Amino acid sequence: MTDAQVVKRAKYKSSVKDPGVRGILKMTRERFVFMPNNPSSSMKLNVEFRLIKGHKSSKEGANRPALLNLTQEQGNYIFEFENFSDREICRDFVAKAITLSGEGGGATSVKANPLKDEQLSSAEMERRIKLLQSDSELQQLHKQFVIGGVLSETEFWATRKKLLKVNASRKAKQRVGLKSEMIFNVKPSSDGQSNRVTFNLTPEMIHQIFAEKPAVRQAYLSFVPNKMSEKDFWTKYWRAQYLHSTKNIVAAAAEAAEDEELAVFLKQDAILASETRQKIRKVDPTLDMEADEGDDYTHIPGHGLANEDIKDELEAQYEPYKRSFLQDINRHAAVVLEGRTIDAETRDTRSVAEALVSSKRVELAKEASDVNTHQERLDRVTRMAEIEDLQAPRDPPVATLCIKDPRDYFDSQQVNALNQISGSRQMKPRLTTSEAYRSLRAYISEIRTAGLSDPIVRPEVAFRVFNSLTQNISSSKYQLGKNPNESILDTLPSVTKDELLLHWTSIQELLKHFWSSYPFTTSYLYTKVSRLKDAMSQIYPKLQEIKESVQSDSRHQVSLLVQPMLQALDAAFAHYELDQQKRSAKSGEKPNGYA
Amino acid sequence: MTPVSSKQYTDDVSLLMVLIDTNPLFWSSTAAPLSFSNFLSQVISFLNSILLLNQPNQVMVIATGLNSCAYIYDSSSGPTNHRVETLLQKLEEFVLKDEELSNNDSFDGIGSSLLSGSLSMALCYIQRVFRSGSLHPQPRILCMHGSQDGPGQYVAIMNSIFSAQRSMVPIDSCVIGSHHSAFLQQASYITGGVYLKPQQLDGLFQYLTTVFATDLHSRSFLQLPKPVGVDFRASCFCHKNTIDMGYICSVCLSIFCKHHKKCSTCGSVFGQPQTSISASNQKRKGTEY
Repeated sequence: MTDAQVVKRAKYKSSVKDPGVRGILKMTRERFVFMPNNPSSSMKLNVEFRLIKGHKSSKEGANRPALLNLTQEQGNYIFEFENFSDREICRDFVAKAITLSGEGGGATSVKANPLKDEQLSSAEMERRIKLLQSDSELQQLHKQFVIGGVLSETEFWATRKKLLKVNASRKAKQRVGLKSEMIFNVKPSSDGQSNRVTFNLTPEMIHQIFAEKPAVRQAYLSFVPNKMSEKDFWTKYWRAQYLHSTKNIVAAAAEAAEDEELAVFLKQDAILASETRQKIRKVDPTLDMEADEGDDYTHIPGHGLANEDIKDELEAQYEPYKRSFLQDINRHAAVVLEGRTIDAETRDTRSVAEALVSSKRVELAKEASDVNTHQERLDRVTRMAEIEDLQAPRDPPVATLCIKDPRDYFDSQQVNALNQISGSRQMKPRLTTSEAYRSLRAYISEIRTAGLSDPIVRPEVAFRVFNSLTQNISSSKYQLGKNPNESILDTLPSVTKDELLLHWTSIQELLKHFWSSYPFTTSYLYTKVSRLKDAMSQIYPKLQEIKESVQSDSRHQVSLLVQPMLQALDAAFAHYELDQQKRSAKSGEKPNGYA
Repeated sequence: MTPVSSKQYTDDVSLLMVLIDTNPLFWSSTAAPLSFSNFLSQVISFLNSILLLNQPNQVMVIATGLNSCAYIYDSSSGPTNHRVETLLQKLEEFVLKDEELSNNDSFDGIGSSLLSGSLSMALCYIQRVFRSGSLHPQPRILCMHGSQDGPGQYVAIMNSIFSAQRSMVPIDSCVIGSHHSAFLQQASYITGGVYLKPQQLDGLFQYLTTVFATDLHSRSFLQLPKPVGVDFRASCFCHKNTIDMGYICSVCLSIFCKHHKKCSTCGSVFGQPQTSISASNQKRKGTEY
């Protein structure tokens, strides 16, 4: 439906029984207007879709009127159309209009977004809200930019997908398994007084029944809603169950003869039977299901016959010599059934023996060489024996990260270092290496002979050292704080500190979006960039203010803190100006450079 | 002599690891503001006074040479009345060995001694002390350094600094040479130690006893000198030059000075650079405020 408006003939009724006022109904995106044919009638309507909460329509039928009921808080508007197709068209249009107007009223972003509207699921909205609630800094940023209209929701969350994904993945993705209890076999509750028996039916039970008895499922699909209602169906089902439970087969047969539908529940499940028959058919026909250990009749007492008892107990040493007639008969039968493998008409004894041996060998070789079947068999076995839940999770296909052996790196460093040393020319060497070493050793022996100097330090030197140290420490104490690790931020009042940090994070966010929009190719990015630039230029004077508001002794430190922020903003502005100039130069007269 | 572990350890017992720079080129050049013997005598007196401060105190001396490093002196072993002699003797042997290891090119300039090696040796010894039991002195490292920073050692030094930070071992630095050392400034800043470049080197002993002698526990009550700024520049991994702005691999964070197709540390392939500035990661110069 792409029309912006719909015009149809309709009758306006204030209630269903009302004969109705004929007129024309015109619907646009925001409102619908009804003009009666009779200009003197006062039934003119002009209602915005914002006020319409929902719509209802009457059922289709041969002699029924095509009604469309638009509901709002106080009352409703009923329109009767000439035919059902008109009514369908209007109904669809109304549905769209209602959703659009519902969205438009609630949206907070003021700027026109040429990207298509993001269909947010409620789960996604929930995640975002939770994230915002848990992180106050994020909430601050969100409030400042998205509600302030500088960035749109999509842009804000585009870079934070990882945060949202983490929250989402925490929800368990496990499926609930089936109960092992046969719940549909529960005994009915009966009150002892009357002859009534009550069965309770839950959706879980229905699921189990349909899964286990395909005939019932089939019956449900075919009988409901055509032949009987759902309640009747289940009543019949439970009647059948009751009959089964009484184990009165004759009564069951009698009832089945009467009631065709009941018979479905009482008879054997035909669908199951056909399924099992199919399964049997699917078994590999060449599978020798009869080959088992009993074939090795020579080593099993009784030749595989279960109930033959051995009369005489021979000693163990005589075991290998036991032989019986049955063994020979069985072996003869097996060979006869195999058939003639070689043509032994006109050959002498030796060649016959050799031929038999070679034929057997060929057969073995053929089996062994057919590796494929063996592999296939293994595959089939693993496939059938696999239990899905016990399989290890498959790792996602990623390239393994290989980092070079760090020893190579450090070894090569030595070489580099030496090269560097020999390559750099900073100071004129006074001595060669060996001379330097010699002088060093001379110094050491000097101490050994002369001993430590006495006094170690002259008093006036020590005094001067004390003075300079004290001066150094006291002068820098107020500027730099007491510990080397204390930062200047902690010495500022907390209001200033928070403000500075907030500005810092907002500048980061803005710059991130700013730099990612360049080079821009669409007008959307252009508007976005100008928005960002305005926001940035608002922050700029605020930073200056902070610098001035601080006390004079920490002003220098604070300006050092603020300096990089200003520099970053300046760089962004400069880039923007440059780009503007380029565009205006390129496009000549056009003031806005659209790519 | 009773074994040290049976004594009760209070919190002001310290284990001081002193790393002495024995780069002969530095000590024989004009950059050395005092003679090596003067320097050494002041340092030895300082070590003696540390050992006098508290009975369970321990001192360990490591020499940082041009081509090698070695443990020179351990106060917990050996006789207590021949300390200086043993130290000096060991030092002389070390210098001999170091000389043997050098290839006889004539070096231009002062060269840089192997600070990374001696830092690693100090940290290994400290780890051994940590694992010796629950009663152990509190270790700290004092670096007496004069040679220049060798940018080739940047990665190794940063690694030792971070492991010292992790083990909570402060690295103090006393810089004798004419220039500040960026590596030692960073080391002291990151690990919470003291960085000092003394102005009057004939009063070095006074500097040492005033600033570096106190144990870690008592430091919280003192106000020690702080540097005005720390130079945080890094050196690139390909040429070992000190750089302000460069390219960083997003996988392993290695720093390069110019654009490469592939990271040499982890082997990940970089994509094509886009024409705008926003695509390449820029690292800005960070100065401490």
